[in-house]
Formats: sequence, C-alpha cells, structure tokens
Amino acid sequence: MNLKTSRLLKTVFLSEFVKSLYLAFIYIFKRRATVNYPFEKGSISPRFRGEHALRRYPDGEERCIACKLCEAVCPAQAITIEAEPRADGSRRTTRYDIDMLKCIYCGLCQESCPVDAIVQGPNFEFATETREELYYNKEKLMENGDKWEKELAHNIRVDKSFR
Amino acid sequence: MDYAIYFFNDLLKIFALVIPVLISVAMIVWVDRRVWGAVQLRKGPNVVGPFGLFQTLADALKYIFKEVIIPVRANKVIFVIAPIVTMSLALVSWAVIPFSESLVVADINVGILYIFAVSSLGVYGIIMAGWASNSKYPFLGALRSAAQMVSYEVSIGLIIINVLLCAGSLNLKDIVLAQKNIWFAIPLFPMFVIFFISALAETNRPPFDLPEAEAELVAGYQTEYSGMMYALFWLGEYANILLMCGLGTILFLGGWLSPIDVYPFNAIPGPIWFIFKILLLFFLFAMVKAIVPRYRYDQLMRLGWKIFLPFSLFWVVLTSAFLYFFNLLPA
Repeated sequence: MNLKTSRLLKTVFLSEFVKSLYLAFIYIFKRRATVNYPFEKGSISPRFRGEHALRRYPDGEERCIACKLCEAVCPAQAITIEAEPRADGSRRTTRYDIDMLKCIYCGLCQESCPVDAIVQGPNFEFATETREELYYNKEKLMENGDKWEKELAHNIRVDKSFR
Repeated sequence: MDYAIYFFNDLLKIFALVIPVLISVAMIVWVDRRVWGAVQLRKGPNVVGPFGLFQTLADALKYIFKEVIIPVRANKVIFVIAPIVTMSLALVSWAVIPFSESLVVADINVGILYIFAVSSLGVYGIIMAGWASNSKYPFLGALRSAAQMVSYEVSIGLIIINVLLCAGSLNLKDIVLAQKNIWFAIPLFPMFVIFFISALAETNRPPFDLPEAEAELVAGYQTEYSGMMYALFWLGEYANILLMCGLGTILFLGGWLSPIDVYPFNAIPGPIWFIFKILLLFFLFAMVKAIVPRYRYDQLMRLGWKIFLPFSLFWVVLTSAFLYFFNLLPA
C-alpha cells in the first residue's frame, strides 16, 4: 500500500483521532499531577531558599557576630547591619534589617555566614498585605529563627556533607 | 378564565422545561471543565460545593454582579439584543425535544424543521454581536462564525434527510419510535460521525472554535461583552451544545429508548436513558475539546464544502436507492 492510500484510509476512518481519543481516555484514569496547594504541599529540598531567619546557639546566645560578610556579599544590598560591643565585650549587632522586597533569594548571605547565623528556611508563605511588613528587622528575624529552628538545624545537618 | 388556565398551564410547562435545562447547562459546563482537566492530568474545578459542582453557579453570580460595559461606538440596541437573541434561540429549540413518549412541551409534526430553522437563526445573534460591537475582532469573529455555521448547516441538513428517509416522519417522537428495532447510528454510522463533527462546527466547539480563536481574535464576537451579557452568550453556547447532543441522541441513538428491550434495561424510565445518552455524547464533545488542535480556516471550509457536503449528498442517494430497491421505505 503506498503512502497516499494509507493516508487516505487514515483520514477516512479517523484512525488518528480514535487513537488519541483512546489515549485521552487512559489519561483520565492516571494519577493527577495537581497538588491541592493550601491542603497539600510539594516536598521541599533542604537547600530551599525561603524566608530568612537568624539562629541562636542551643544555650540561647545569638550566633550573629556582626562580621557583615552577608551585608557585603548581598548582590541586592538588601541587608543593613549596625554593630556595637555589648556590655560583656562581645561584638553583636544592634540592628539587622533585611528588605525582603529587595532580596533576590540567592542564598549568598547564608553561604557567606561563618557561624550559620543567617539562614534561609523552608518557609515560603510569608506574603503580607503591606510593603512595610516585609521590611524585616532583627527582632522579626530572631523570631523566625526560634520558630523554625528544628527545620533549619535539620536542613543544615542534612546538607552539611555537600558543602 | 379558561384562557388564563390554559395560559398558566403552558407557562408552567415552559418553566418546567427551561429551568432544568438551565441547571443542566450549568452542570454540563462543570462536566466539560472536569473532563478537560482530567485529560490534562489536572483536577478541574473541585472547590465550590461537593466536587466543585457549584462552580458554574459561582461564576454566574460573579457575572451578574459585574458591570455591563457598552462601548461608546457600539450600536447600543443591537449590542444589547444580540446576547438575548442567542440565549433565547438556544432555549426555544428545546420546546420540541421529546424526553419520553409523553414528555414534550410542543409535539409538532415538523419538529425537526423547527429545530433546523431556529438553529439557523442562531447565527444572527453572533452576527449582530459582531456588527454592533463596532470593533475589529468581534467583526472578524462574527464573519467567520456566520460562514462556518452556514456551511455546516448544509451538511447537517443532508444528514437529517438521511434520517428522515429511514424514519418517514418529521416529528421527533416518530423518529425516535422508528428506531425501536435498530438505532439509526448503526445503519447510518458514517452519517452519525459526520453529524457529530458538523455539530462541533455548528456550536463553535474545538477544533472548529475559529470565531473565538483567542490567539488571533482575542475572544471573537464576545470581545466587547462583559458581565451578564457575556454570561448569556456563554449560556447560549452551552445550551446549544446540549441541544446538539440531544438532537444527535434523537436522530441516531434512539432517544429515550433503552438500548436493548429486555427487563432490567427497559424498566429504567425513558428520560433517564435520554439524559444518559446526552451525557455520553457530551462526554465525547468534551474529549474532542481536550485532544484536537484547532483547524485552519481554509481547512474548515474545505472539510465542510468539499468533503462533508458531497459525501452526505452521496449517502442520501445511497440510502434512498437502498430503501427503494429493497422496498424498505417507511409507510
């Protein structure tokens, strides 16, 4: 049978159409790719770069030593740090602001941090109704750190061997 | 007083038909979206109400509360009338559709002609919308739509002639009853396929949705419409699709008759069979929407005029010759 006849037969008997109909019918019974978002969530890698947090040592002391490496490396210049020696002589930040609207979530701050103080956690649901709420200060970042510490510590532990 | 009773009786009958039709239109939109989603491995609307059944009602509510915008340059009267025409014509045809032997609003003996006439008028709603919008996309969409609907109506007409030759009546009820022994879909299978494809073109469904091909024409004749007027077009379109499914059921799939005349099947009441068959056809409509790419305009015209028209004409000759020589012509 030459090409022309076979094409004609295909057209007349709608064989391609029937095939695709069969295929579509099979697809109806396949597993849905949809993730029912607010109720189900996709899995997140330990390297996921979400909302920032400032961590503490297990004894409650804040990790950040105000070395300002993160501020220096930040390509979007979203981080502002001011530091002063504390009463006990240790160097700590008095101000640690991140403008979450400037941040491009590149993860360089996290990578530059020598004491694992500033990290990007697994949280990505921090949308707000006003811009002002996205100007994070030290208090907010420490609070995030306390809230997500378990996940953050786990992620750092899991990812350590690859760094 | 007698007139009043007669009048209200008829009004009641009309409401008893139109309201279920409108509700089923809403449900059919949901079915459409669910099937479409399922084929694409999505879930489709599943949030509003059980299984998302009320999604269409929520959409309709949204449309009702939206502002109706009438363009400054539009021909206002025609602009407003167009969606009303589309919608009411889509509903008017339902009057002659028999849901069972006794369940029909108007049992007239030219039922099929009536449906054919009304569905031909349906194109006016679209042309009016395209013209009155005074805007290029609606205008082009309306032109395309008019040409398309007219072309495919011709072949549908010839297909219906095939069925009429076998049934020997223009009354939809008699056509269904003529299929007591065998559904016309079996002896006239090629005609059934062509009817299905023509029905797709007639109702502007993919792959023949050129009048609203969004890549070229934004939304075709609906471009300038908003709010409830847009919703009316949309309802009219789906009511038309449902009607075409109903017509296909009546002409080829034996209407309300059960597929085999044995006990567990023929105990199920006719209207349920009828609705089931309509749903089956609509499921095919929805599947087709999910799997086929859009036709090019010249391909569409070629298919309509150079293939379907001669082929269905040939089949008319074949059917009549067959019936004549084997003395099978219905009395």
